Amino acid sequence: MTALDVALVGFGLLALAGALLAVTTRHIVHAALWLVVALGSLAGVYLVLGAEIVALVQLLVYVGAIVVLVLFALMVTRSPIGPSRDHATSPAHRGVAAVIAAGLVALLLAVLLPIAGSGAVTRQVTSNRALGADLFGTWAWPFELLSLLLLASLVAALAIARSRAVTGKEDA
Amino acid sequence: MIHAWPAVVLATCLIGIGAYGVLARRNAVLVLIGVELILNGANVLFVASGATVSVPSTAGSVLPLFIITIAAAEVVVALAVVLLAFRASGIDVTEKS
Repeated sequence: MTALDVALVGFGLLALAGALLAVTTRHIVHAALWLVVALGSLAGVYLVLGAEIVALVQLLVYVGAIVVLVLFALMVTRSPIGPSRDHATSPAHRGVAAVIAAGLVALLLAVLLPIAGSGAVTRQVTSNRALGADLFGTWAWPFELLSLLLLASLVAALAIARSRAVTGKEDA
Repeated sequence: MIHAWPAVVLATCLIGIGAYGVLARRNAVLVLIGVELILNGANVLFVASGATVSVPSTAGSVLPLFIITIAAAEVVVALAVVLLAFRASGIDVTEKS
């Protein structure tokens, strides 16, 4: 174990704990806040892995924008504050979900662990200069398409949210 | 020096936890949180492979940037749909209105 490994495992355990609590807590608002913990420690993981820009974007976009959006959605849909069992699934349902998730983890580990190997390798730090040159060189067209996608999703979200809800009645 | 397997295990467990969140929650917004965790697992895998390959490459950092942006766009549209569905029939994804 090297120092980088220790840092990676530390941030990783924090992220896993946050993620686990985010999907199991009965406080609906707490789920979004545990998501902040998970995503914030994932930014630390990216830093340890030498991807500074990804870590910064993770903090800016995920923690700064997406979580706020999720919290707003919880507020607008009148989520109860405090523990709530209104929408809790049955233990059998949760058990089946856990079995499927565990099967998924086992499948992915069986495929990915042999690829990852067990030896220590030199960490490649992505230089911001090379990243910028590639982002606006090799990846320029996908990058432009991305702005088109953002514009389309903005317009679509406005159009969907402003349209009248379908209530099943003819005159709705 | 760094080992690749802890990052791979982290990514895999995030994807598993996210899948559990998608399957076991009935509140539509909490299902979205599970989807976010799955996307982050994919990002960890990209960054980890970019950091541990022998040939330096920026793709391991560029693709997560794209995924994060697409996730933001996806969440905006999904929350608009959730809002509309909530007005029509409530927040429960298993309920038929």
